[in-house]
Amino acid sequence: MRRRFDIRAALIGLLMFFAIWQLLAWIIHRPIMPSPLKVLPIFGASLFGDLGTHFLASSARVLAAICLAVVTAVPIGLGLGQVPKVNRIFAPLIAIVYPIPKIVFLPVIYVLMGITDISKIFLIAIIIFFQILVVVRDEAANLHPELILSVRSLGAGRRALFRYVYFPASLPAVLTALRVSVGTAIAVLFIAEQSLTTYGLGYYIVVETYQVLRYPEMYAGILAMSLLGLVLYFIIHNMEQKVNRYRGEEQN
Amino acid sequence: MIAIKDLTFAYSGQPPIFQGYRLHVSRGEALSIIGPSGCGKTTLLYLLAGLRHPQSGTISIDDKPISRPRPRSGLVLQDHGLLPWQTVRENARLGLTIWGFYGSDGRHAPADEKLVPNQADQRVDDWLKKLGIDGLRDQYPLQISRGQRQRTAIARTLAMKPDLLLMDEPFSALDAPTREDLQKFIITLHAASDLTYIIVTHDIEVAVVMGKKILVLHKGCNEEARIMHNACAGFTDGRMQGEFQQQCEDLRKLLGSMT
Repeated sequence: MRRRFDIRAALIGLLMFFAIWQLLAWIIHRPIMPSPLKVLPIFGASLFGDLGTHFLASSARVLAAICLAVVTAVPIGLGLGQVPKVNRIFAPLIAIVYPIPKIVFLPVIYVLMGITDISKIFLIAIIIFFQILVVVRDEAANLHPELILSVRSLGAGRRALFRYVYFPASLPAVLTALRVSVGTAIAVLFIAEQSLTTYGLGYYIVVETYQVLRYPEMYAGILAMSLLGLVLYFIIHNMEQKVNRYRGEEQN
Repeated sequence: MIAIKDLTFAYSGQPPIFQGYRLHVSRGEALSIIGPSGCGKTTLLYLLAGLRHPQSGTISIDDKPISRPRPRSGLVLQDHGLLPWQTVRENARLGLTIWGFYGSDGRHAPADEKLVPNQADQRVDDWLKKLGIDGLRDQYPLQISRGQRQRTAIARTLAMKPDLLLMDEPFSALDAPTREDLQKFIITLHAASDLTYIIVTHDIEVAVVMGKKILVLHKGCNEEARIMHNACAGFTDGRMQGEFQQQCEDLRKLLGSMT
């Protein structure tokens, strides 16, 4: 059973993190490495000001991308997993496209979709899309045919099978895929936000602070982006533990 | 109750396992189907359950041709029938939950029965109690024994008040006391109602205990139903020990002669 997130461990981790940071600040002793004691007050103050706005903009983009990816990848993955004929046709294509770092399509997407938020959300969504697509497909393909038959014998048609079998069966895998890909998603968001927008943590870190040498503020932005990743990670991690309850208790 | 007429069935790219097959099963009958693996016994059961479709011929239950699973036919498989992420109680309720999902549309759920959620819960709990697993209702399938899982699957089916119970090797993964217990349960249930049941097995003794008629299938193409009548079915207390042994011997010989 996976260890539960506990507060004491988190505090120790945070403390070590800030201690090492402070140490580095002393050793390097240059403006590019300010002390956390200087950054944290700025972070605290600006999180309720301009930094907060940028934080919300970035969060909204990631969440929209996650939603877009889930609602498209889950049904397609289930379809592919359940219809081996169709899967055989598309499997080679997916295998080729899946490992491509999707960030390289950034310029193409900008030209095709315009420089709106939609294009940034779309870029992040396709990264998560492929992660989810592959796991949902494999999960659906691995369901015992006997299980499907016996639920069908209870009267379940396509809709009930989706609701009572396919969806709950693939939910844990969807969450795992999300947890794993959320880091990449935020990395890509960081790059995508550096241009053609005036909101978002990527913009804040690179354009508003780094390029004008406001290093302590830049670090506040970095903290905010880390926080975004951390919060998303733990939310997904918690949901995962909830849906995996039936697996965990077995080993008690 | 069941009428199979001129059934032909083959898996794609393979020779037919049934051709021009006819079979009649009356209401209240207890039928065993036995044969070596690959003879088509599970296929026949799936055809009756509406999960497979014949290439030609018709299968009708109560004079209605079967094209999809029928709400009043229950199916119990050897294993893998329960949802691992649902508790025993949720699993046992699944059939009624699916009925509720569709409403009484007469296709997925019987049109003549409307259950409010309370009644469904009550009925499920009654069956869990009768099967002796009401103490496990909040456990997950991975936490309980195979026998308890099979009891859950049986409770799920019986909660839907089937008039036809189709079972595919339901006892073959169970230890002997559990198997005998569940055999007795089904036999008692059958004696007290007009339930028709069909059990597929590869085990000669199970076939003789459970089937007043025993349908014997063989490898290759089955064209004619071979049925053995069996007076020893339903006695689980050893009262007919001698006859039982003899019946098993006869069935073994018949199976041997057909391969």
